[in-house]
Amino acid sequence: MTAAPQKLEPGVDIIPALVDKITKVNELVTRFEFKRIDGKDFPVFSAGSHTVIEMKDGDRTIRNPYSLMSDPEDGSKYAISVRRDDVGRGGSLFLHKKIKVGDKVNLTYPLNLFSLDLRARKHLFFAGGIGITPFLSMIMQLESLVGSWELHYATQTEELASYGEELKNKYPKKVNQYFDNAGQAILLQKLLTTQPIGTHIYVCGPAGMIKWVTSTAKNVGWPNANVHSEEFLAPKPGKSFQVRLCKSDLTIEVGENESLLEAMEREGVNAPFSCRGGACGQCETEIVELDGEIIHRDHWLDPEEQDSGTKIMPCVSRFLGNSLVIDR
Amino acid sequence: MSKFLFPPSIPSRPTYGVLERRDGIFHIIIAEDEGAEAIIDFVGSDKKFLNKAHIIFVATKSGEKYVSRLKSLKSAQFYVGPSYSASVQRLQKVLEAAKMGSQFYLTGTEGFMGQAQNEIMKAGFPHTAIQTEHRGSVARRMQCVHCKGITEDVITDPFVCSHCGLNLFVRDHYSRRLAAYQGVRVDAEDFGNVPEPVELYT
Amino acid sequence: MTIQFNNETFRDDYSFWNSDWAIKRFPFPFHQDSYMYAVNMEMHKGGPAGSVYEKRFDVDEHYVSEMKDRALVLDEDPLRCQSLPHMTLAGWDLLELIMVSKSEDYPDLFELHRDGSIWRWINKPMDIDDTFTFMDETTLPYGPMEYITRQAQGDYVILDQRDEMLWMDAGMVTTQADWSLDFDIGMNFFEWHAPVPLAHEMGIFKRALKFLLNVKQSAPARRLNWTMTVNPLLDSSPENYDKWGIQKTTLTPENIGSKQHLRVELQTFFRLPRSNALVFPIRCYLISFQDLVTIPKWGRRLHRVVRDLPVELATYKGFIDNRPLMLEYLEKFDDGLSTSPGVWPDRDTEPPLKNQK
Repeated sequence: MTAAPQKLEPGVDIIPALVDKITKVNELVTRFEFKRIDGKDFPVFSAGSHTVIEMKDGDRTIRNPYSLMSDPEDGSKYAISVRRDDVGRGGSLFLHKKIKVGDKVNLTYPLNLFSLDLRARKHLFFAGGIGITPFLSMIMQLESLVGSWELHYATQTEELASYGEELKNKYPKKVNQYFDNAGQAILLQKLLTTQPIGTHIYVCGPAGMIKWVTSTAKNVGWPNANVHSEEFLAPKPGKSFQVRLCKSDLTIEVGENESLLEAMEREGVNAPFSCRGGACGQCETEIVELDGEIIHRDHWLDPEEQDSGTKIMPCVSRFLGNSLVIDR
Repeated sequence: MSKFLFPPSIPSRPTYGVLERRDGIFHIIIAEDEGAEAIIDFVGSDKKFLNKAHIIFVATKSGEKYVSRLKSLKSAQFYVGPSYSASVQRLQKVLEAAKMGSQFYLTGTEGFMGQAQNEIMKAGFPHTAIQTEHRGSVARRMQCVHCKGITEDVITDPFVCSHCGLNLFVRDHYSRRLAAYQGVRVDAEDFGNVPEPVELYT
Repeated sequence: MTIQFNNETFRDDYSFWNSDWAIKRFPFPFHQDSYMYAVNMEMHKGGPAGSVYEKRFDVDEHYVSEMKDRALVLDEDPLRCQSLPHMTLAGWDLLELIMVSKSEDYPDLFELHRDGSIWRWINKPMDIDDTFTFMDETTLPYGPMEYITRQAQGDYVILDQRDEMLWMDAGMVTTQADWSLDFDIGMNFFEWHAPVPLAHEMGIFKRALKFLLNVKQSAPARRLNWTMTVNPLLDSSPENYDKWGIQKTTLTPENIGSKQHLRVELQTFFRLPRSNALVFPIRCYLISFQDLVTIPKWGRRLHRVVRDLPVELATYKGFIDNRPLMLEYLEKFDDGLSTSPGVWPDRDTEPPLKNQK
């Protein structure tokens, strides 16, 4: 069309922000609140949205997605809660140990891959551990829209049930808590067979819990369209590998603890991304040459596309073999 | 033989499958006339399935023909109605009480299935999870895009709108919400030039 | 900026006309001498000063008359504006988007004053001064989508985003190129595009859907679409086809220059924040053949595009029967000289038309 100079770029716009408040919620979880550097309000968002935080750790740039747990209508701050992960790639550790009030970060505009289905007669929430975060904003949005909801929140102990006490106090009839160390478990089968037609279920938590809820729902006979889940796939580490980028005319090395996307960024290659968790499709890249095996770890490509060896999602997937050439 | 193989068409034209038993806490089967044959085919003699099944059978044109065979299946609940409109209230009550985990099976003409599907969707169940199998007449429900009236049992192209009297041609463009195909004035650019009606699918 | 608003009609006596300003800024859609479908998306973040691409929601000389025509269409057929119950939140998102954009882009024409959730909206061209409570339907004369789209040019379709798909669950559609909101509401992206020939096989809609699912709040997009209309008729709906279809048969070599119009849709896509829905404004621009050919490059190019367009597309766009008459007229404005790539007229550099045949 060439109506105007703007190129078509699936880029992500950035909001420069600073850390305004850090609150320790419990042994494992800390809450971070952000304000915009330019003093304006953050954009309002739909509950279930997340933002990708870009922070600098010396030379290294870390980008991690986190659910927004603040009130969607309150643009004065954005808030996230982070569970400390001692074994992971360091993003959460950096936030827990090194970030201070006043530090500058970049936040992406909110992106929603876990939205409420506003047609639902009732919203049934299943949260495990830090998976409570998206439900905090969902509950706020539903309360203002006068929607029907119910929460079942499982954690290892009562102390580790971030925000559990305040939720229970505010909504005693809608919030149910379960503590592993007290031998309490969600009566999932019973819950899933007693909901009126028009109920939607949402689950966020560890992979095991998501699998448990979604497969039980399927066995009971729930249609997929009424079952929603969000799992933040942190790119898993793996053997290092080499990749040739034919457009950039570069051959790069992807280290054990970085993703292909991060390696490209480190080398200064402008690669598109959005969720950085294998779910949204924005980083989809054509494979030009393949002598080996792609280790697909995304939720975006369909099985035929994954088998065809013609596409890869650099934010989470890896490669094993002799040579890989991609169109970047 | 009451099965018909619909020719391939545009993406908004509904496609139908073959009913099969699925895991579920309850099974609601809604059928019209020749749809009874589809029920007998897919239910077989599965006692466990039938003990959790409610058959709503609408004998629009078939009278007593299929009733005793369906009754002998001994499903948990069984209802025979003389027309779709007489049976709709029962369907609505059933949907009010039903729980997620229920499965829905529809079989009969397109218009019948489309209307029943709408009731189920209104209750909050996704249409993608409702099974459908076409049996019986290939007549269509048509909405006149001009007067919005719906003409039932349309079997020719063009046809006359039973509400406003315009001659309409038959499109494959289908609305789930209205459970009808679209009819548009056939002689809009040449008043009076109405082609001879031809039976659908010939 | 001062716009002189026309007092014109888009029906009956069809007194619609384009000023020189409107002709020069017309969104000519063809960037080469032939046309085929493409996922021709661009960012919608401004454009050349004065162009239709510059502002988020373009306002031109036809604004007041178009809104009058919309009100007439709705009086005759209220089903042109519908919103499924779960889409009211998206309606508020759209109301905010249009009010904020227009008051910022055209401060002489529109004002928005916000005090918490008490908003005051002033629309000078339409003589409106309303105070209402944001998110409270009872304080507006219509639902939020209907309220604001009665004051904004072009059609609006709001798409709910669910299950990796877009669903047409609300809309204000009174200036459409032959499709029915009442029929299509509730359909998904592939279903409502079902009647378009060739495009599905080309994978156009699969690629377009992937792009649209990822449109973010910070990055609206746009593209152009086009068709033909006899007479400057905005409401070319299927509902009224039995009334306007016959107008296509009234073209003659003498009147075709003034009656035949190129109809271009500037389609934009904005992510709505609270509802996560996608709004799809479809802004319609009309130009008569005789006005269009005053730009020599456009005259040359339009002849070639119409001449070489595949039969399926000319049929679907409704002008297959009139194509011969159109070509007879347009070939007078095609002297065979080459045309530059891109849509912009080359007023300073292009040669005038060689002697007509």
